Amino acid sequence: MSDDVAPLYLNVPEPGCRPGDEPDFSDFVIPKAGAVDRPAVDVNPDEIRDMAFSIIRVLNAEGEAVGPWSGELSADELIEGLRHMVTLRTFDARMMIAQRQGKTSFYIQHLGEEAVSCAFRKALLDDDMNFPTYRQAGLLIAGDYPLIDMMNQIYSNSQDPLHGRQLPIMYSSKEHGFFSISGNLGTQFMQSVGWAMASAISGDTRIATGWIGDGSTAESDFHAALVFASTYTAPVVLNIVNNQWAISTFQGIARGGVGTFAARGHGFGIPSVRVDGNDYLAVHSVARWASERARSGLGPTLIEHVTYRAGGHSSSDDPSAYRSKEEGAAWPLGDPIERLKQHLIVLGVWSDQQHADLEQEVLDKIVKAQKESEAIGTLGAGAMPSPRDMFEGVYEEMPPHLVKQRQEAGY
Amino acid sequence: MTQMTMIEAIRDAHDVAMARDERVVVFGEDVGYFGGVFRCTAGLQAKYGRTRCFDTPISELGIVGAGVGMASYGLRPVIEIQFADYVYPAIDQIVSEAARLRYRSAGDFTCPLVIRMPTGGGIFGGQTHSQSPEAYFTHVAGLKTVMPSNPQDAKGLLLAAIEDPDPVIILEPKRLYNGPFDGHHDKPIVPWKKHPQGDVDPGYYTVPLGKAAIRRTGSEVTILSYGTMMYVAEAAAAECGVDAEIIDLRTLLPLDLDTIVESVKKTGRCLILHEATKTSGYGAELMAQVQEACFYHLESQIIRVTGWDTPYPHAQEWDYFPSPARVIAALHQLMED
Repeated sequence: MSDDVAPLYLNVPEPGCRPGDEPDFSDFVIPKAGAVDRPAVDVNPDEIRDMAFSIIRVLNAEGEAVGPWSGELSADELIEGLRHMVTLRTFDARMMIAQRQGKTSFYIQHLGEEAVSCAFRKALLDDDMNFPTYRQAGLLIAGDYPLIDMMNQIYSNSQDPLHGRQLPIMYSSKEHGFFSISGNLGTQFMQSVGWAMASAISGDTRIATGWIGDGSTAESDFHAALVFASTYTAPVVLNIVNNQWAISTFQGIARGGVGTFAARGHGFGIPSVRVDGNDYLAVHSVARWASERARSGLGPTLIEHVTYRAGGHSSSDDPSAYRSKEEGAAWPLGDPIERLKQHLIVLGVWSDQQHADLEQEVLDKIVKAQKESEAIGTLGAGAMPSPRDMFEGVYEEMPPHLVKQRQEAGY
Repeated sequence: MTQMTMIEAIRDAHDVAMARDERVVVFGEDVGYFGGVFRCTAGLQAKYGRTRCFDTPISELGIVGAGVGMASYGLRPVIEIQFADYVYPAIDQIVSEAARLRYRSAGDFTCPLVIRMPTGGGIFGGQTHSQSPEAYFTHVAGLKTVMPSNPQDAKGLLLAAIEDPDPVIILEPKRLYNGPFDGHHDKPIVPWKKHPQGDVDPGYYTVPLGKAAIRRTGSEVTILSYGTMMYVAEAAAAECGVDAEIIDLRTLLPLDLDTIVESVKKTGRCLILHEATKTSGYGAELMAQVQEACFYHLESQIIRVTGWDTPYPHAQEWDYFPSPARVIAALHQLMED
């Protein structure tokens, strides 16, 4: 150690607000709705570097849709989007209760993030393939995947499409363009690029989407995905859902000194944008722009969805232990359902009464599906997947040692 | 029959597979234009085009992750990890993803993926070009693990792996690429063209996964081995005059236990031979299975001859590499018991 220079110290970033603190988002710069230009899909990425530091927004504080990213969806399509988001939120609430009642082991909800996956799904074609994390069930709901199949999976009952093998909410549906959720973090991001490369190799027209959380961008998979997507101009849309929190770790730990997660794309020459993730219209419009780029052979787009995880990380998490209880209410981008509802009212096509009716209708539908699913079974009660099935599907054909072990287990 | 090195046989297998099935795509580090650092994919890019055989960034997790995505799409990726020693960054994609995709999605998505990697020592490659990591893979439910010992098998096993509906790891003993090696490092190298197993069937054929081969029939002891060690076993048995039955496992998982059990019950003695380190090595699994299945037929302890439990050394390679002398000593010990 030298006496001549000051000692080094380690910088460990901390969020501005912990339990007991007053939430403060004054550093969080929010551009006005409509302020960000809409470039042509074949824009030179170098010309839109500023988009990685701004936020594309359509809905303003008055509930009006403004600017170049607005005007894509009809009133009927917006009402359908509202229905999807309300369905997802209601579904989550019912399943969280079911988890608390011991009907399943685990659940992950989307509270506050419903617009991201619900709006994105409507910008894709039916046979595109999504590689989601555990917080994009809106891709299924907006793709009309049966609610009862989701519940059967959550309850691991005998009708679970995944035969009880997978943790609740780790759905899989090739038919609905929803790749099997791993539960590992980040792995699917690289796989989405591989799927997109395969589509290009095959002369197909389908595209892939990859999804990752703010925290998991620190995984090597994220870097590998960007390298491969950039090198091979893969037809993929790469989505970062920045919901501010990775369990108890604020996004600054993964982000480091760079201003935004979207800016990570600059080093790869990938057009990189940020979007208001709580604005259904903005997410949809950006998703359509990026998917058009992919489908036209223009290659990948990196999208950072700026949103807020209003609930706990999972049913096992208590966020009051690490962040202020008031932070969610102070989140400056508001609530995606409230904002779309307000917009529809401003348009003159919606009312509080219609909204209440919608909520009741959705609840009735979910309760009906839940009754049917619970009549089949819940975790540990009712009709369960066969223990014999535990040995199936490790390989297409069961090898001799597994046959022997299955017999040893008594099946 | 055509005389081929193991490299030529592997290249031929790729060629046959790519010609038969346009879903077969081949990629990895230096694999495209140059044809791989060991030349196992030479000429494929020129013949089939850049989108079916291409170079990748140096990212093993990226290579395997791309392979998982492509396999789930419906292609048949055959990927090369430049050295088995480099596979560790891809372990998550192999163990948690490729191996489990069929199971966790109840068959909704599958992963027909072949991951080839040169393995083993004997080339003065030091610790990062000599490892034998087979036990990492045989421990994983959902993977198949293969190690050929000659050109004919290398081609037939690779073609079988490409057709297999599940992920297959192929460990290619790089010391055998150009000729068999019996562990006598001070003797001249024997090329494959002077060895009967350098004869390779032309065109399409497969060697089934999960089937061992008896390389030498014998009555006194069973030697279980695979890869480079096959030739060390043959040399040792010939030099010491013990009438050994030598079994080439070829596929480590699923294991051809029937062939092993039949042999050990006949000979009553068993020696297990591999290059990899001893503790928790694949030999421990073989030992357990032989003991479980043949306990009342055993006339002596089961002995393992393996690499020492150290990182793979450089200057001390021939003190590390299981030599014919060590195998002979073990055979004598078995016969004296």
